[in-house]
Amino acid sequence: MQKRPIPVDPYLPEFMQEEMARAAALPHVSRRGFIKLSGVVGGGLVLGFTLGPVARAAAQGGRGADVFAPNAYVQVRPDGVIILYAKNPEVGQGVKTALPMIVAEELDADWSQVRVEQSAINEALYGRQVAGGSRSIPTSWEPLRRAGAVARAMLVRAAAETLEVDASELVTEAGYVIHRASGRRLGYGELAARAAELPVPDPASVPLKDRKDFRLLGRRITGVDNRAIVTGKPLFGIDQRIPGMRYATFVKAPAIGARAVSANLGEVKDMRGVEDAFLVEARGAVVEFSPAAPSMLSGVAIIADSTWAALQAAGKLKVEWDERDASKDSWSQAVEEARRLAAGRPQQVLSEKGDVEGAFARAERTVDAFYTYPFVAHADLEPQNCTAWCKDDGSVEIWAPTQTPQSAIEGTAALLGIDPGKVTLHQLRGGGGFGRRLANDSVIQAVAISKRIGAPVKVQWTREDDMQFDYYRPGGFHSFRAALDSEGRLAAFEDHFVTFTRDGSTPVASGSLAENEFPASVLPNARLVQSMIPTKLPTGPWRAPGSNAIAFAIQSFLHECAVAAGRDHLEFLLEVMGEPRWLTPGDLWSLNTERAARVIRLAAEKAGWGRELPPGRGLGLAFHFSHAGHFAEVAEVSVDDDRKLTVHKVTVAGDIGPIVNLSGAENQAEGSVIDGFSTALGLEITFENGRAQQSNFDRYPLLRMPHAPEVEVHFVDSDFGPTGIGEPVLPPVAPAICNAIYAACGHRVRTLPLTKEGFRV
Amino acid sequence: MKLEINGKAHELGDIDPSTPLLWVLRDTLGLVGTKYGCGIAQCSACTVHLDGQPVQSCRLPVGSIGNRPVRTIEGLAEDDETLHPVQQAWIDEDVAQCGYCQAGQIMSAVALLERNPRPTDADIDAAMGRHLCRCGTYIRIRKAIHRAAASIAKEGR
Repeated sequence: MQKRPIPVDPYLPEFMQEEMARAAALPHVSRRGFIKLSGVVGGGLVLGFTLGPVARAAAQGGRGADVFAPNAYVQVRPDGVIILYAKNPEVGQGVKTALPMIVAEELDADWSQVRVEQSAINEALYGRQVAGGSRSIPTSWEPLRRAGAVARAMLVRAAAETLEVDASELVTEAGYVIHRASGRRLGYGELAARAAELPVPDPASVPLKDRKDFRLLGRRITGVDNRAIVTGKPLFGIDQRIPGMRYATFVKAPAIGARAVSANLGEVKDMRGVEDAFLVEARGAVVEFSPAAPSMLSGVAIIADSTWAALQAAGKLKVEWDERDASKDSWSQAVEEARRLAAGRPQQVLSEKGDVEGAFARAERTVDAFYTYPFVAHADLEPQNCTAWCKDDGSVEIWAPTQTPQSAIEGTAALLGIDPGKVTLHQLRGGGGFGRRLANDSVIQAVAISKRIGAPVKVQWTREDDMQFDYYRPGGFHSFRAALDSEGRLAAFEDHFVTFTRDGSTPVASGSLAENEFPASVLPNARLVQSMIPTKLPTGPWRAPGSNAIAFAIQSFLHECAVAAGRDHLEFLLEVMGEPRWLTPGDLWSLNTERAARVIRLAAEKAGWGRELPPGRGLGLAFHFSHAGHFAEVAEVSVDDDRKLTVHKVTVAGDIGPIVNLSGAENQAEGSVIDGFSTALGLEITFENGRAQQSNFDRYPLLRMPHAPEVEVHFVDSDFGPTGIGEPVLPPVAPAICNAIYAACGHRVRTLPLTKEGFRV
Repeated sequence: MKLEINGKAHELGDIDPSTPLLWVLRDTLGLVGTKYGCGIAQCSACTVHLDGQPVQSCRLPVGSIGNRPVRTIEGLAEDDETLHPVQQAWIDEDVAQCGYCQAGQIMSAVALLERNPRPTDADIDAAMGRHLCRCGTYIRIRKAIHRAAASIAKEGR
């Protein structure tokens, strides 16, 4: 048996860890320097805390010699309008509103005077620009506060000079610098030109506000794109239209990894509206999740003057596929194989601590159970798409709703063998992300097709394309064993995890178990072991990678243990958590059992844990820590004799430090509960002979409004650094519901989706 | 072929009459507010009004429309950009996450309130149950519809 290398942060996909390391290693760019804004309405102030020669050059190349580049965070215009740049992709997680709010708070801007724009992609200015890992808030918090504070300090200095008073006599409020003693007020716009002449202070030297003085952060602020959304403005990747643009559809093999050999291209090309059709060779290993890889599926590209013409042609296309190297995966066979592996000697030991065998030998009783969860698709409502234009001068322009724009540029440059500087990518709003748009396979496809036809092209995947070639959340299996001592305490824990492998030695992307996964992290005696089933299926991060499935299995099993010990689940879970301690003190990405216990108690209290309920109704509790967020949830459900399930309410208690946008945070929590329930209830992608058996929402039934539970959200007011909320609310949802089902009807759910065990809504 | 959309007549030339209205709106006319989500009338992101009724435009052949008027999300606000109360309620309740499904949701909500000005939760569920929101904004959609109903009752439209 071999020891597996320990990941730095088990909740971060590996590529994200690389990105973080890369960002940390970026050369220190000058923190001094500002650019006078002479081309925009007569002067103004732009600040980016990494503005330097690179920014200046970009600025001059971007809009003309005298104009600032759109590559800073703050722009104060003479007319009082403040433009704040949001650097990371927006896919529904709310960062386009939340990030600028952080700047505006320290700037003391009037939010109604703020205009938010999506920034350009520029690593020198912004570092890594990624929507993933719930990382935008924690990595941006300090730098964005300082960006706002620097701007405010300079405006105050400009006001002091204008009013000929000492800066200490001035205060700021809602876009004004105010001299209290005389009652004089100067708007930020009036001060912009003068502020632009001042030296930029060291960002580390400017004072930041106390939390008690926050005016904007923690309030409910409606999303900055909401007006455009409700009026149907072109916002999303798929809405992009450029002059001369062609429409393309890409027909891929039914079996994942098959190659197109030939097709009736002539017949298809004769169809109305069709301009071209050609085979596309496979390039690289597109089934391996890799955001910057210039890899492509084999298939047939059809180019037409409209989407409908392309789709009609795709319907008539007949392709001969070579399936020799294609996936032959079968989910039903994998389930059998997992049972066989779990019963045998594990292939790898992930971690072992304490005296596991001794604890089992001394156990008053033991509990064992086998848990199964399926592959699931991302099913972003906006299917994968990209508009690309490989121009005659060798440059490339891309319009894409990607979560990893910089990786898309890298991949494009590698594909075409050109300098990344020749690639411009416009980041457009994504109609859902959930991790699918961390991969840029549709970007590479669009670029390759544009290159071939020499024209701008929009590649749109159909729903079927999107569901049948995804980087799926991998299915998995856990064979658990627990030892309970004479006091009914959890004395030892063992998990034989059965996952999938592409290379025969390491788990597939997002299919790994952390060596310190809870509760192994807090117990004296624990062993985590692993076996793997070979696969050729593509897998990758799906909202709260790893956690989204592991929490279901572990938190359900811990409830089984509590029941077996005859203990109250709340009391049992708090006991497992143990003494208040921070496993790695100072590391927000490390479990803090004090924060955990607080949210567990809070969720239980708010949900009325322990109250009497009528027969058929029950409460279920679950906790999970991921993405630096501590979340406990209590579900209240009813189950009737025909296993008709109603989830009445889910109470969420979380600690992610100070809340940036309360409305956005609550929205993420509500959505995560519905996503978690939707997925647990009825979603799975099964495979037979390498083919996904589901292709559209008729057989991949997302939850609908009539079945949405009430969601009550409570955030602990803590002073730990603020962290993200796109992901950590989701993992406890499924186990809280499954534990509530047990409480309601005595049935233990060990296989997802719930419909597999006969439940329906 | 001619089509009346948002009160304006559009000449479509010799378009293939089997083309779903969705793609005529998006590709031919550039009205991209109406969204493609599934193509099989399962998600309702493509909902528009045909003769005042909410329909899924992804399965509606343009040749079948005739002279019945079409209204899309782009035709809801008034010419002076005053928002429809449903649109305003969506902003006030901060409904959207990604926002992709919301144009379709709003079109159904407007149609619901036109025939039932004070819907109950059950009425809302019945009318909105054919829509999918991948982000899970259903709770806020319900709140926004109640808010819009109250606003219309108070101020009219």
